[in-house]
Amino acid sequence: MGTALDIKIKRANKVYHAGEVLSGVVVISSKDSVQHQGVSLTMEGTVNLQLSAKSVGVFEAFYNSVKPIQIINSTIEMVKPGKFPSGKTEIPFEFPLHVKGNKVLYETYHGVFVNIQYTLRCDMRRSLLAKDLTKTCEFIVHSTPQKGKMTPSPVDFTITPETLQNVKERALLPKFLIRGHLNSTNCVITQPLTGELVVESSEAAIRSVELQLVRVETCGCAEGYARDATEIQNIQIADGDVCRGLSVPIYMVFPRLFTCPTLETTNFKVEFEVNIVVLLHPDHLITENFPLKLCRT
Amino acid sequence: MAPAEVVTWAVLSQRLPLISMASAENEACAVQSIACPSQAWRLQTVRLDSAGRVEGPRTSGHVTGKMAVFPWHSRNRNYKAEFASCRLEAVPLEFGDYHPLKPITVTESKTKKVTRKGSTSSTSSSSSSSMVDPLSSVLDGTDPLSMFAATADPAALAAATDSSRKKRDRDDNSVVGSDFEPWANKRGEILARYTTTEKLSINLFMGSEKGRAGTAAFAMSEKVRTRLEELDDFEEGSQKELLNLTQQDYVNRIEELNQSLKDAWASDQKVKALKIVIQCSKLLSDTSVIQFYPSKFVLITDILDTFGKYLSYEMCLFCQELGDHFSPENANDTAKETCLNWFFKIASIRELIPRFYVEASILKCNKFLSKTGISECLPRLTCMIRGIGDPLVSVYARAYLCRVARLTWGSVSCSALLLNSVMSAFRAEFIATRSMDFIGMIKECDESGFPKHLLFRSLGLNLALADPPESDRLQILNEAWKVITKLKNPQDYINCAEVWVEYTCKHFTKREVNTVLADVIKHMTPDRAFEDSYPQLQLIIKKVIAYFHDFSVLFSVEKFLPFLDMFQKESVRVEVCKCIMEAFIKHQQEPTKDPVILNALLHVCKTMHDSVNALTLEDEKRMLSYLINGFIKMVSFGRDFEQQLSFYVESRSMFCNLEPVLVQLIHACVAYCFITIPSLTGIFTRLNLYLHSGQVALANQCLSQADAFFKAAISLIPEVPKMINIEGKMRPSESFLLEFLCNFFSTLLIVPDHPEHGVLFLVRELLNVIQDYTWEDNSDEKIRIYTCVLHLLSAMSQETYLYHIDKVDSNDSLYGGDSKFLAENNKLCETVMAQILEHLKTLAKDEALKRQSSLGLSFFNSILAHGDLRNNKLNQLSVNLWHLAQRHGCADTRTMVKTLEYIKKRSKQPGMTHLTELALRLPLQTRT
Repeated sequence: MGTALDIKIKRANKVYHAGEVLSGVVVISSKDSVQHQGVSLTMEGTVNLQLSAKSVGVFEAFYNSVKPIQIINSTIEMVKPGKFPSGKTEIPFEFPLHVKGNKVLYETYHGVFVNIQYTLRCDMRRSLLAKDLTKTCEFIVHSTPQKGKMTPSPVDFTITPETLQNVKERALLPKFLIRGHLNSTNCVITQPLTGELVVESSEAAIRSVELQLVRVETCGCAEGYARDATEIQNIQIADGDVCRGLSVPIYMVFPRLFTCPTLETTNFKVEFEVNIVVLLHPDHLITENFPLKLCRT
Repeated sequence: MAPAEVVTWAVLSQRLPLISMASAENEACAVQSIACPSQAWRLQTVRLDSAGRVEGPRTSGHVTGKMAVFPWHSRNRNYKAEFASCRLEAVPLEFGDYHPLKPITVTESKTKKVTRKGSTSSTSSSSSSSMVDPLSSVLDGTDPLSMFAATADPAALAAATDSSRKKRDRDDNSVVGSDFEPWANKRGEILARYTTTEKLSINLFMGSEKGRAGTAAFAMSEKVRTRLEELDDFEEGSQKELLNLTQQDYVNRIEELNQSLKDAWASDQKVKALKIVIQCSKLLSDTSVIQFYPSKFVLITDILDTFGKYLSYEMCLFCQELGDHFSPENANDTAKETCLNWFFKIASIRELIPRFYVEASILKCNKFLSKTGISECLPRLTCMIRGIGDPLVSVYARAYLCRVARLTWGSVSCSALLLNSVMSAFRAEFIATRSMDFIGMIKECDESGFPKHLLFRSLGLNLALADPPESDRLQILNEAWKVITKLKNPQDYINCAEVWVEYTCKHFTKREVNTVLADVIKHMTPDRAFEDSYPQLQLIIKKVIAYFHDFSVLFSVEKFLPFLDMFQKESVRVEVCKCIMEAFIKHQQEPTKDPVILNALLHVCKTMHDSVNALTLEDEKRMLSYLINGFIKMVSFGRDFEQQLSFYVESRSMFCNLEPVLVQLIHACVAYCFITIPSLTGIFTRLNLYLHSGQVALANQCLSQADAFFKAAISLIPEVPKMINIEGKMRPSESFLLEFLCNFFSTLLIVPDHPEHGVLFLVRELLNVIQDYTWEDNSDEKIRIYTCVLHLLSAMSQETYLYHIDKVDSNDSLYGGDSKFLAENNKLCETVMAQILEHLKTLAKDEALKRQSSLGLSFFNSILAHGDLRNNKLNQLSVNLWHLAQRHGCADTRTMVKTLEYIKKRSKQPGMTHLTELALRLPLQTRT
């Protein structure tokens, strides 16, 4: 192995907030001394938007990707052209996280049609004979905690054949009564979604009860907007025909990166919903939808 | 001889403890044992010499047979027929076979069996102890409950304990101590026990990972199949379904998975490791071969354990520099981050069962995140199990959580419910050694939904089974009672107190027990709260009794009797009394005269006795009698017989409704008589009292006591002086003696022989005494007595005796007309006859012709009445005697005439025709 380039960010969780200083070291390790034309470090933050095939058609989607929105982009020259001695060389760096103008440092989010990502890229330029070395490293931005206390908004729900919509033959449905509540639909992203679900009665055997976390991404542009809901994760909370009348806990941890505080901008929106999915024997699927509002405190 | 009779003997001859008081006075009656009379019979035949004389220290040379020996032949008597012929004719009533009130007959064999059982029981003659319980046969291990217990679900067993194992799992026991049964033991047991011959299948779905987890390991026996599957792997993850596995195959495969987990971890493929764990946990949702499930659970949780251990080891590595006493605050950021990563990853496991198991397996790692991590996580995981629909799977999930959590529970401030579960599921020893910790936890715990008094009750139950460290004991009691005594609701209070009484009794003295009892009384008396708590109060009494075997201590517990007063419902009161008496009979070793015990127990017995009424069942009466008798037997005032008797008198007035108790008292009084009689001065008073007491004893089936009385009477006879003072005048005693002896003989007829003393031993002894007694020179009393003896012996040789005592088997039924017995009897008769004849001869010499005539006639009458005159020799003897009576003209002609008339009259009766011939040979001497 020749020369290796690495970026080590000081914080183990790589999480930073606006206004903080991102610090770390660039590590160059090599058996022999390394000639180079300078080492630079670039910090970049972009929002990548993509139109879904469903919304605009396959080809359009392929070509008409919305232009990425740049949030932050700055480069510093770390080392002037020269030579690194053999062994390991660590070069510390510090990057203040400041945005220009009225731009907002959105929280890191990995979605399907919306991606908000922050990277550090280290480039070592070298002579014509040797290839340039590049190392990229993602760091995570958390939006600054919102001020003021979040007010919980509990929701009680009752699901019976009568409460359902989109039913073809209501008469064919087995009778059931499922009650429950979510402790709050205003959720702190670091805290799990909690609640309870009670199968009070059900003619048909329960196969499964699941919590489906859904992201709703909206990409807007002058011509209109595309809104797409996709599943982030599905967590089973009951497996098999559970005891009647005994509350089953609703509990779901919001996955990191794949969720962020509910975001609404002029160009795009990221929202979240949870579906409570009840599967009955032999083949009934009942879904109850709850929009969530995520925030960071 | 029928065995049943032998048994009867044995039962009747059981020694009563009270008679042992008398043993100092008379050794003879002390030893009694069960033996077959026929054995004694053989011994006796050896002891008789050829002339039929009784061998003994005395020389009985004058009892010889110089004269022609007349063999005695008793006339066979049919007393019933004779009696019948003397009274109005009895018309027999015809009873039909069927009668609705006729008792159900018990088969003979059964009865015998029961009796025999009774005979082997040692001192007590109560029949209640030998009851055959018809229900017991039903309960020979075939009841559904015990069958169910035999095949009980092992989930319960996983929590249950087995103290036999001593192996320790060092790894896990650092927290819980060495008295905790290690999982390793349980594990082996489960694997050995739950096996199957059915085919099993493994279905593994390795997610989207392209690497074929564990493929190399799998490839051994199903290479081709695996290869084919490998082709599919390119699509979406690797799915493997292994069908038709034998149990061994299955075990091997799981072991391979375990190995590939280790390999994956070692090669830093942590995600793959996690996937293996997830897939394995998934197998636990399959209950298709249910009898193998426990073993499957063990195998798969092994893998989970491995995973959990690896992960927490990894966490520890990050925190190494912090030593063991890390806290989440100073935990390394990297460790925290890695841990968080794992938790996020695991939290997103789609399916419930694998998510539960994996979360549970890394429960320990929660401590890296926050101090309260584990205590927050445990209840959540517990609730999570509710989502598992299959009851078997959910119970096992719970078992796993318990197993994982037990390592950490100590640091958790538990909910009351959890604490209670811990106390009821864990071994008592384990709980007991940590009693103080538990008390601390109970005090602190959250009481919502689960009252604390139930926790104290659970703790008390444990302490009843196992002992806490000695140094803690008093403090434990104080702490616990402090809480218990504050309980307002009497029901709550008594439920708790009842349990703690045992602990108090076990480790403390009567002082503490008294305090506790006083407290119970104080709580239960207001508003008659005790009325609703009789079962608990009864249990308290039972426990106190169980630990205080010394009744003098028990009754000196001041509050014990006041405590008994709380039992105001009669049935309960009697039950409690019974318990006390049972304990007394069981534990009281020495006879007692302690007034405290006597007073208390008399009170207790009186309560029992007073409960008897017309509706009381026989069984119940028998039981009560048994208990009261047990008490009476244990009361002894030593040499203070007066007090003993007054005790009996008092008892008699108290317990007059229970016949067995009265019998017992009679036994006791009989013993008293035996002791008291020798202190009297009047010789005949003594003799008659001995005889009467003997008769009373006999009437109450106290055979050995009766024997003792009769022996005492016999040995007293030689002391009878020739002259006695009657109302200031000196008179010859012989007539009194004769009267007494005749009376005595009548009694002796029905006294059964003692199995060890040989045939007719009382009669023999009496004869010897009569022989040796110094009679008046010119008296025929001795011969008159001999004549009476002859009557006795004749009566004794009958097949059925003239009279009997109810429930006492006399010699007729004992020997059943055995020929040897009859021969012995006849030999005695001959000896006696020889004596009589000898004497008649001497009278001729002494010119005492009048006496000779009178004696001769008397003898003749005896032969006529009791002898079988069809026997030629006897016939000849009677003729000779007739002549002797008339020889010297001393006979009273009118008597002779009347006698002859009588003979003639008799000869007309059926079977008496031979008397006609005899009458012809008896001339009447005309007066010259």
